[in-house]
Amino acid sequence: MTILEVKGLGISFGGLRAVNDVSFSVKPGEIVSVIGPNGAGKTTLFNMISGVYVPSDGSVSLNGEDITSTPPHLLAARGMTRTFQNLQIFHDMTVLENVIAGFHLQERPSILGDLLSLPAARRRSAAVREKAVAFLEKVRLAGAASEQAGNLSYGALKRLEIARALAVGPKVLLLDEPAAGCNAVETEEIDTLIAELAKSGIAILLVEHDMKMVMRISNHIVVLDHGEKIAEGTPDVVSRHPDVIAAYLGTEEEPAHADG
Amino acid sequence: MDAFMQFIYSGLTVGAVYALVALGFTIIYNASDVVNFAQGEFVMLGGMITVFAFDAGLPLPLAAVLAIVIAAAIGVALNKLAIEPARGAPVVSLIIITIGASILIRGASQIVFDKQLHRLPAFSGDEPIHLLGATLLPQSLWVIGGAFAIFVALWLFFTRTLLGKAVLATANNRLAAQLVGINTGFVMTLSFALSAAIGALAGVLVTPITLVSYDVGVGLALKGFAAAMLGGMGNPKGALVGGLLLGLFEALTAGYISSQYKEAVAFIVILGVLFVMPQGLFGAKKTERV
Amino acid sequence: MTAKQKWIQLGILAVIMLALPAFFPSGYYYRVGALIYVNALSVIGLVVLIGYAGQISLGHAGFAGIGAYACALAPEHLGLHPALAVLLGAGVSALMALLIGRPILRLKGYYLAVATLGFGILVSMVLSNERSLTGGPDGMAVPDIGLRPLLRDMGLRVSGGEFWYAASALVLLLGAWIALNLHQSATGRAMRALHGSETAARTVGIDVARFKLQAFVISAVYASVAGSLLALQNGFITPDVAGFMHSVEMVTMAVLGGVGSVLGATLGAAILTLLPQVLTVLADYEQLVLGFVMILVMIFLPLGLLPSITARFRGRGV
Repeated sequence: MTILEVKGLGISFGGLRAVNDVSFSVKPGEIVSVIGPNGAGKTTLFNMISGVYVPSDGSVSLNGEDITSTPPHLLAARGMTRTFQNLQIFHDMTVLENVIAGFHLQERPSILGDLLSLPAARRRSAAVREKAVAFLEKVRLAGAASEQAGNLSYGALKRLEIARALAVGPKVLLLDEPAAGCNAVETEEIDTLIAELAKSGIAILLVEHDMKMVMRISNHIVVLDHGEKIAEGTPDVVSRHPDVIAAYLGTEEEPAHADG
Repeated sequence: MDAFMQFIYSGLTVGAVYALVALGFTIIYNASDVVNFAQGEFVMLGGMITVFAFDAGLPLPLAAVLAIVIAAAIGVALNKLAIEPARGAPVVSLIIITIGASILIRGASQIVFDKQLHRLPAFSGDEPIHLLGATLLPQSLWVIGGAFAIFVALWLFFTRTLLGKAVLATANNRLAAQLVGINTGFVMTLSFALSAAIGALAGVLVTPITLVSYDVGVGLALKGFAAAMLGGMGNPKGALVGGLLLGLFEALTAGYISSQYKEAVAFIVILGVLFVMPQGLFGAKKTERV
Repeated sequence: MTAKQKWIQLGILAVIMLALPAFFPSGYYYRVGALIYVNALSVIGLVVLIGYAGQISLGHAGFAGIGAYACALAPEHLGLHPALAVLLGAGVSALMALLIGRPILRLKGYYLAVATLGFGILVSMVLSNERSLTGGPDGMAVPDIGLRPLLRDMGLRVSGGEFWYAASALVLLLGAWIALNLHQSATGRAMRALHGSETAARTVGIDVARFKLQAFVISAVYASVAGSLLALQNGFITPDVAGFMHSVEMVTMAVLGGVGSVLGATLGAAILTLLPQVLTVLADYEQLVLGFVMILVMIFLPLGLLPSITARFRGRGV
């Protein structure tokens, strides 16, 4: 019943081994977190899984099909999408348009229909617009729908990015530090949202520095250090694992409230 | 074979000028991320000012120095008045600003000087030199030698002097350079002065061969830009190789295929190189961080 | 932008087009008006390419050249009606854009600029050098489109200036309508999305290469049709239409007016078309002033005229 399977994934940048031989799997409705000190290779791992980087070795499969180094836009069509550590927002578009853009695949744009504003194209746009508004309500941004996205606060943009990713209709969702830079209230909101999404059957892969949040919502945790997997298991098992404690103590931080 | 050598000589001569213009592009690009389309105008200014100062009775070396100094001052003015105020503007706006500057300098030149073609006497006479079965004008040696000397001097400047290293550091990472106390504003001013001076010197060297008029800048700027991109923008070695290659392509095409299409072949080669190597021959590959 | 805003913009454009002739001191101004509309048409193409999709071109005059010479050559050599030659030119331009767009659009920023520049220069060079076909740098005559006699038979007598004013205005309105449709559509949204962040666009399933290419082809067709209209209304054409300076002029018009906006494009085209007409009284000072204006506008109104002005009206400053 595994939906996302990572096997022996590794990558080198000019002789430097950034990630080495990492394997794990995610089931539908499960929240799997990847943690580790700064520079452990978490984002690099994400970039390989989501097709931004081409891995040097190993494989990624989605629903049993090999998707290693498939371009990101094709991954979206297969039901996998992601958010970014450094926000990637369409700043010059409105908040609503950002979410509508998430429905790109559903809209199936046809160039002629769009240039001439043919009724079929307009109907598809109208239908998608309604759904987008619903997603905005879900992340409590419906009030800002017609604002320029660039004018929103950091925490709001984080939620907007999640709404846009949801619009893709993913079966697997990769969230890269969704709570980074958010205050306690915003973090809890995102926390609840993620739990809700998992309950609806979406498989969630999470990179997060907020250890409290990770420990609270994860079903399974994968720990990276220096590009290697040093431990994995339930939050309980991982937080007591000696290698994990050593890795975090090595950076002078304890797992319970490591935030850097 | 004789014809081949003849084409090589003319290709190297023209290529040396392209390389100097490309070098000017590179220096400014490194300091400010701006591609200065007015770079060709400095070459024109170098030629024109020297011609008029020389005709006014100044000895040739003095006229040349005057031209280089004035061009450098105009380069600094360009940076202070047009580039610095537009810091942070999108690439398209910066392109338009420097093209606007190029049109402005050209327009001013046709008023201050005139619209005629002008020539300078060759520095060491017009007696052709016979070399490897072909002939070469002494002035060509001045151009090629001058370009070579400038590249060596600049290489020494960047690797041996503190100021040169500050320029390199700024090119690498402006913020980091500022943090270690480098005055990046001064580095930009210096870069514009240096680029303008190099362009003007190229103009002085090549005018005895190609003549000069107020409107030669655009063509040179396009070639220099192309040469810099061919080599990989931001890399002085790329500027040198890109410029020389472009000159050789043109000369060989003119010689063996068609003189009308010599410039076409240059651009076809550039398109071909960019298709295979999107960063040019020596450009650094950048990875997007997400 | 909503559907309502689209019709307001088109309405403003149409009202200006209808009202303007009332202020023309002489018939000559119909020609100037027609020239503005033709330039605006090609600039709207660049609004799609630069404003929507965020891709630079310094070679779009090359497509204008293809459109212009299609109208000059096809009637004589292929026996095509000049009106059909416009379509032929647009087709050839689209095909050209499709062929070179794929590899070129992988390039970014200045590299894309030099590649498009190279394309434009190649076109203008062919037009200058193939003298037996194009008459070389001296240019060649373009056959009359032959629609005025048709109108006369229908009892409508118009001068050449009036005819081209009306024809260019209609084509511009059509072009503006299409570009505004695109802006609101899924395709236009995909273009604007990849402009904002290519990485994020990919994660929602946008095939970035495909939509860049579409923007490139669309803008090429706009430039081509504008080139055709220019050739037809002047009755004469030179390779300058495909030259580097014409490409620069087009981009400047687009950025001057405000590169994301269709009305802005028209405003930019109007100003830069009128400027040389006004500056001719300055004779030798023309270039000096033109360069000066280009620099000043970019420094003080980096967003372009229209967006800067509307931003000020909304009290947000610039």
